[in-house]
Amino acid sequence: MAWIGQSIPRFEDGRLINGHGQYIADLTPVPGIQHVAILRSPHAHARIRRIDTSRVGTVAGVTGVITGRDLLAVLAPFPVGVPRPVTYYPMAIDRVRYVGEPVAVVVANSRYVAEDALDVIEVDYEALPVVSDIEAACQRPPVALHENVPDNVANHREFTYGDPKSALHHADVLIRERFVYPRNTAVPIETYGVIAHYEQSTDDYTVWANFHGPFTLHSVMAHALKVSTQKLRIKTPQDIGGSYGVKSAVYPYMVLLAATSRLLGCSVKWIEDRLEHMKASSSASARISYVTAGFSRDGRFQALDIKQYDDVGAYIRAPEPATLYRVHGNLTGAYDVRHVHLENYAVMTNRVPTGLVRGYGGPQLYFPLERMMDIAARQLNMDPAELRRANFIKRDQFPYRTASGGIYDSGDYTAVLDTALQASGYEAFRETTRNLQDSGPMRLGIGLAAVVEPSGSNMGYVTIAYTPEERARQLPKSGAVSAATVAIDALGGITVQIDSAPEGQGHVTVVRQIVADVLTVPMESIRVIAEMDTAITPWTISSGSYSSRFAAAGANAVFSAAQKVKTKLLALAAQQLGLDNKTLRFEEGRVWGVQGATDLTVKRLAGLTHWNPAGLPAGISPGVYETSYFSLPNVDPPTAEDLINSSATYGFLVDVAKVAVNTETGKITVLDYVTVHDAGRLLNPLLADGQIYGGLAFGLGSALYEELRYDEEGQLLTGSLMDYLVPTASEIPESLTVLHHHTRAPGIPLGAKGLGEGNVMSAGAAIANAVSDALGVEICSLPLSPRAVTESVMKKGGRG
Amino acid sequence: MTRYDKDQRVPVTLTVNGREYRRWIEPRLLLSDFIRDELGLTGTHVGCEHGVCGACTILLNGTPVRSCLKLAIDVGNGHITTIEGLVKDDEFDALRQAFSENHALQCGFCTPGIVVSVWDALKHASDSDLVDWEDVLSGHLCRCTGYVGIRQAIKALQAKEGGEAKA
Repeated sequence: MAWIGQSIPRFEDGRLINGHGQYIADLTPVPGIQHVAILRSPHAHARIRRIDTSRVGTVAGVTGVITGRDLLAVLAPFPVGVPRPVTYYPMAIDRVRYVGEPVAVVVANSRYVAEDALDVIEVDYEALPVVSDIEAACQRPPVALHENVPDNVANHREFTYGDPKSALHHADVLIRERFVYPRNTAVPIETYGVIAHYEQSTDDYTVWANFHGPFTLHSVMAHALKVSTQKLRIKTPQDIGGSYGVKSAVYPYMVLLAATSRLLGCSVKWIEDRLEHMKASSSASARISYVTAGFSRDGRFQALDIKQYDDVGAYIRAPEPATLYRVHGNLTGAYDVRHVHLENYAVMTNRVPTGLVRGYGGPQLYFPLERMMDIAARQLNMDPAELRRANFIKRDQFPYRTASGGIYDSGDYTAVLDTALQASGYEAFRETTRNLQDSGPMRLGIGLAAVVEPSGSNMGYVTIAYTPEERARQLPKSGAVSAATVAIDALGGITVQIDSAPEGQGHVTVVRQIVADVLTVPMESIRVIAEMDTAITPWTISSGSYSSRFAAAGANAVFSAAQKVKTKLLALAAQQLGLDNKTLRFEEGRVWGVQGATDLTVKRLAGLTHWNPAGLPAGISPGVYETSYFSLPNVDPPTAEDLINSSATYGFLVDVAKVAVNTETGKITVLDYVTVHDAGRLLNPLLADGQIYGGLAFGLGSALYEELRYDEEGQLLTGSLMDYLVPTASEIPESLTVLHHHTRAPGIPLGAKGLGEGNVMSAGAAIANAVSDALGVEICSLPLSPRAVTESVMKKGGRG
Repeated sequence: MTRYDKDQRVPVTLTVNGREYRRWIEPRLLLSDFIRDELGLTGTHVGCEHGVCGACTILLNGTPVRSCLKLAIDVGNGHITTIEGLVKDDEFDALRQAFSENHALQCGFCTPGIVVSVWDALKHASDSDLVDWEDVLSGHLCRCTGYVGIRQAIKALQAKEGGEAKA
């Protein structure tokens, strides 16, 4: 029975539905845990003149309090991968730089008491000018946020591929536009949570957190704690209540709690509340992009020039400025464009530091790029679908090396487009809207977006923030690796350990499918351990859940480890049977030779390695415990020419959105949404569709509702879920179609590419294209709130 | 209005999942924290503590309420059912199966709250008064599923009971 590729409902579900999940807030892994509350800055930018914690001790139940200066005894600043790092600690020291920045930590016997004690801490602040506008922050800096970075630019790089200057000069049609992508965030329903225990006698830390990697950050944390890496043991709970990237930024709090445990001599626990999360966890980078695109009169996309300013918040924090670089290899999207100029600025402002949010770097790129294609189509008097088709990389061009170094492994973009156009009834809808008379406030529009979806990030891409000369002075970085162990005990019980720290994706189920197929055993005989423990789990710096890497990396590590087990057991079987192992295979958990079934089973063979190791032949080691480190292909360090294949594999999707826009109220109704994906082979189509639905809901939220809004003083205006709007069930269109193509990833054994982030990259552009089509206005910023829509309508009316 | 001293402990008696509990508690203790920390019933989740996300939904005297918006002392002598209580019901298997088959959950954090609301809606639905999924789910946030699987699960359950959910 082949389980891979089937829609198997999840093994995880029963436990979670029954309320038996084990999340960080549910855990008491060590005795004597005390509870943490954090005093946070009410100012976006201020000097701390004085902190008076003297009355904290008067609150019954308080264990202790620490402030930023106390941390200096035990912490070093966090390292970050830019040439001009700033001094960043998990708590403010003498100066606060964003609203919500930790200022003091109180530890008490309950969270209630700890919060009481925050009220008796007095802080004397001297307010400083606030830096909020991204461009002004670096062009006319009112104030430097960090002494060593007077222009607030944490990273600036310029890239030239081909001859963009000449290509733009000779282009028949130039499109120039400025786009704004807002700050938004992931809003997992479970907030951050950390438990920390410092063992004084051995000077080591154990930290439990709903952290899911990337485990490169383990070394960042160990560096901050000034311990060698084996002294920082990180454990994840069995269940993580969603992340969508944002929980990777729990790591400063892991260090803060670890330091607190050490300084106060007790184990500590902190569960973030919702206001803390909205204010001071992390967010996606806002971006301002200036795009210039050159086309020939017949619609050939010849050159692209992008200047992008990212708002990375108050401190450039690892892995930033990676938002600017995660999609570097697929900068030109689905199009065959050889002349590219790019200028990147990572700008610091008085807002919460940024980090991973589903789509990481994708929506910031594709919103401008795919909007620009529609603007170009209108100017060239071409259909937007046909302009895209004319410039798509063709099927026979794969593997295709992009101008910036990406290696697109496989695809058939035209076929996916055709499926999407057909499924949405694109032509018919265009015809209908062309013939509609403008009457009343309702306008109809249709829009599409085509997105090359990267997965399996190359750990080397982050180093492209350095110039080639700077990189030449460092050790090279590269790779996208995942590890897994398949073990069989003395009675045939199979246990698999994985390194992906999932938070809802269903990895346990897919791992069972894979191992059951390789060893031809029932899925019920396989137990999967998905909790990470850096002391005992096989892992590497690129372990974790991010960059849609499980299907491409993690699943293949499991496949490879299971293959090792199979090879070992068949070698043993060959010896037992006196046969050539090439003639043997597993079927229904039993060894089969050319003569048919034998008496040997997986259970029996594994048992031999445990019960009678003295009888094992030379070359067969006792026990069955096989670990594989699987490395994805084609993920080299950046070249001296700044070429980087930033991801190991690239899927593709085309979205078509139909909208109705009420020009009086500004309300947008999504009438119909079609999304066609090509993520290679699907390991479990039920779960793949679930990832797509979830990603699409994210994309629609960011297109229509979601924005972390700040006033001029840097105060967050959207600190509750009544102000920061995420889609409810009613906002998800019922007319929703997900279709698939299956162009395999040629260099990956299971043939699967990642998915689940693509619609976060596409939906903003598709919806904005549809609204632009409906209104005859070029939408250049998100989200499309009712106010944004009515303002666009009025602006058009004013012009006309 | 009853006044309490700051450090006073107050007796409270609550019946939770059919079992009576007596505790001395701080007057300010939230019902959600009472259920989780005093009783150790961690299936009730806390996602926002301002009554929007719905993860902490329980049944209080047979009606779904958000346990983060109530003080434990305010519901004294009340009858509470949490997710741990629902799963003991024989009919719960059908709901569990429909949620799993339709992939109506991913991380599972919002799930117990949603299940409580869906359970209640199905109990009160009849052939003439079908479950309106939009109404049931309006009080819940899920960030994983896009609600598609949840909608399908409700429809499947409704169909099983002989009707068609309002869609």
